[in-house]
Parts: sequence; C-alpha cells; structure tokens
Amino acid sequence: MTQSTTEIFDQISELMAPFNTKSIEIKPDTSFATDLELDSLSVMDMLAAIEDHFDITVPLNILPDLETVGQVAEAVKNILDE
Amino acid sequence: MTTDLFEKFQSTINDYNKLPVGELNPFTVRMDEVISPTEAIINGRKTILAGTNNYMGMTYNEECLKAAEEALRSFGTGTTGSRVLNGTYNGHKVLEETLKDFYDADYAIVFSTGYQANLGVIATLAGPKDYVVIDSDSHASIYDGCAMGNATVVRFTHNDPENLEKRLARIRKKDQDAGILVVIEGVYSMLGDQAPIKELATAAKNHGAYVLVDEAHSIGVFGKTGRGVAQEQGVEHLVDFTVGTFSKSVGTVGGYCVSNHPQFEALRLVCRPYVFTASLPPSVVASANKALELIKDSNLRVKLLENSKRLNKGLADAGFNMGTTGESPIAAIIIDEKFTAVEYWQNMMVEGVYVNLAVPPATPNNLSLMRCSLSAAHTFEQIDYMLERFIKVGKKLGVLT
Repeated sequence: MTQSTTEIFDQISELMAPFNTKSIEIKPDTSFATDLELDSLSVMDMLAAIEDHFDITVPLNILPDLETVGQVAEAVKNILDE
Repeated sequence: MTTDLFEKFQSTINDYNKLPVGELNPFTVRMDEVISPTEAIINGRKTILAGTNNYMGMTYNEECLKAAEEALRSFGTGTTGSRVLNGTYNGHKVLEETLKDFYDADYAIVFSTGYQANLGVIATLAGPKDYVVIDSDSHASIYDGCAMGNATVVRFTHNDPENLEKRLARIRKKDQDAGILVVIEGVYSMLGDQAPIKELATAAKNHGAYVLVDEAHSIGVFGKTGRGVAQEQGVEHLVDFTVGTFSKSVGTVGGYCVSNHPQFEALRLVCRPYVFTASLPPSVVASANKALELIKDSNLRVKLLENSKRLNKGLADAGFNMGTTGESPIAAIIIDEKFTAVEYWQNMMVEGVYVNLAVPPATPNNLSLMRCSLSAAHTFEQIDYMLERFIKVGKKLGVLT
C-alpha cells in the first residue's frame, strides 16, 4: 500500500508529540533546530521512533539534509517507495 | 556581505561568555604543578584530582617512568614520521607484540590516539556498500568514524539488544549480502554502565555482522587479566575487533585495535588515520608497553573498585541523586539544572577537588553531571575528603536538603 506524503506527514506529526515540548503547531516547514529547539541527539531519537513506526531504516547519513518536518516526511516517502 | 565563518558558533559563544573569566571557568583549568596521579596545584591550591580517568594511577609508576626515560635518551623525543615510512621503531613492534599477548590475539595495530583508532578502524572497515550500526550513546570518536566513512549509518537504542535486533533484521531484509559492523563500548564513560555484550553480539552474529567493542574505559579495570568487559563477561569469542586507548588505565596516550581476522594487517595500508599521521614518540611507547605488562597481573583493579564503591555509597547515603552505582570506576551525581552544575563545579574547585563538569550533548538523556573518575591511587582519606566536600557544597547550593 502506497502512502501519500500528507498521510506520512500526519503520522510523523503524531510521533513528534514527545519531542514538541513547547507544544507548537507542526507544519511542513517547522524546523527542528529553530522552531522546536531540538539538538541533534533529540532529532536522532525522533528518527528512531519514525523508523520503528514505519518499519524502515533511516540512515544517519541523511540527517544533515533534514531541517524540517516536511523534509522528513519526504525522506520517509522515498524510503517507503524504494 | 560575505558570511563570517564563525557566525554558526554564535550561540555556543554566547553561552560560553556567560561563564566567568579566570579560575571559576570550567573550560580553562590549568594544572600548574602535578604532584602525583591524584594531586595537583591549580590556582595556587593543592587539589585532589577526581576526574582524570587515571584509573590505575600509572602516570607516575616508577617502572613506567624508567622505561620512558631510557627510550627518550636512546630513541629521541619523537619519530617525525608515519608508521608506514620512518615512524616504526623497534618499540612500536614490541608494543604490538605485548598487545597480542595481552589480548591473546593474532594481530594488533597501534594508533597515535584512541580517537584515531576508532576513527580509522570504523571509517575504513565499513565502506560504501556496508552498514555501521552504533549504540545511541556512542563516544564522539565513533560518531566521527561514521561521518568520515562512506557506509550507511544506523543507530540503535542504548544497550538494547531487541532494538539492535530489529534494526539488523531491517537491513538484512533489504540487503542480504551487505557487510555490517556493530559498534559498542565496554563501559560508557559518563554513567559507567556496561554493555550487555553477549546479547548484543549474539544479535549481531545472528545477522552475520561483525562486532567491534571499544574498551577505552574498561581496559585494566575489568576482566581477570584486565582485558576489559568482554573478558569480564566471558564473551571474547563473540568480539571481532577490540579498540582501546593508552590514555586512561595505561597512563599515557595512544590507541590500538586487536583482532583475529586473518586480513587484519591490511589496515596498515588503507587506514588513513594510521598512515597520514606521525607515530607515537618512543618514550610514550615504552611506558605504554611497561604499563600493559603491569596491568595484566595487577590487583589494582580490586583497589580501584573498592574506592569507587566507597565514594558512590557515601554519596548515595548522603542523599544525592546518583547516576552510578559503584560497579565501575565512575561516580556521577545528577544535578537538575545545568547552571547549578556549573556552580557546583566552581565550589568544588574552591574546596580543592577537581571533578568533571559534564553537560549535554556530551552526556546521555540531557543530564548534567558532577562526574568523578576514581583511581586505584586514591587513598580512603582522599575519598572521604571528596565526600565531605561534596556534602558541604551540596548543602550550600540546596542540592542536598
């Protein structure tokens, strides 16, 4: 079953809850560093939750390219479609 | 306007500028005189060293000093060259033989630092089509080895064999033939916890992965002959590569990797952090060699763990929130606020006790710690002094009620 980026984004938004300590609204352009004030370790912990939810491998190598929640949704879609 | 290359560090610089200038700055400590493995003069004050990772107190061992002095006179102050050019002296080969004997391993390679050993081995072994799977609490040298290499990097939850298993299964589902290197540490330096090597390595073996264990904080400290946690847990047969350092229990500087892999020596040709750096100075090599011989048959690890239990128990009994239990040479008090931790550290310096201020991101789970590393060279009197001062400062700052 192929999922749309929007469907993936919605699931990721839910997975973000424990990391969204300031309870801000998650949008595709919400950034981890500036908006959510997450350090790189927290971003890696969040990716682990995403890996387990979608049963995929998200390599740490792509971390530098992931600045926003939308980019993560895009990356997850690409991995799922591989 | 072109970009100022330092702009990206501005928030770090701003944080740093909040700290005082001078003796109360935790990042500018200067040892003016070193008296022994456990004492130094800092800011004109005699200070007990309780955070130097000098687990065996080897830095002033008479036999190590003598070996270093002889090598210094015979072979000079430095090699001025790479191991593969002019930088391999007799001493370097002797040290590698000593390591092979120490670990009962077929092959041993000495690096110029422990950091470079991890950097070189991880970045070189795991190539473009391979995977490196690392523990989430890995030391910076492991993360940097991953960043330097071309392998796909995957991270599993700290010390969690099921979580590792799940990730390995996903990799295998996608790529049945991929080379996989699982990297763990014997002892994690901040909280002193040991890896469950048997469970983690078994998961690795089930998926045809190699296992690398970094014993930087456990060589000398654990195992019947001081080889580290794998020996302590009786699981050395599950370990393919052991990495370690001479900068802690061995009392000098340098790194190593030992293995039984028949092609291991090839690393000398292809491992850039081995090839493109000068080799260790002869005096360092000689003292490391002597210290390894001493550590093997030493009962210092018994004394070390007694010391650690005494401090850990004393602090726990006093009511501190401890991150450690005394099973390792680390004693770490968890401090709720980062700035309270800085203040705590400053007060301890004034009281004549040097400990490590450990704050995120160097610590797991965002913890701020007063981290002590015990030494076999500490006396019970020194430990009781530390304890008394920790309690005094704890009451002053309201950390203890």
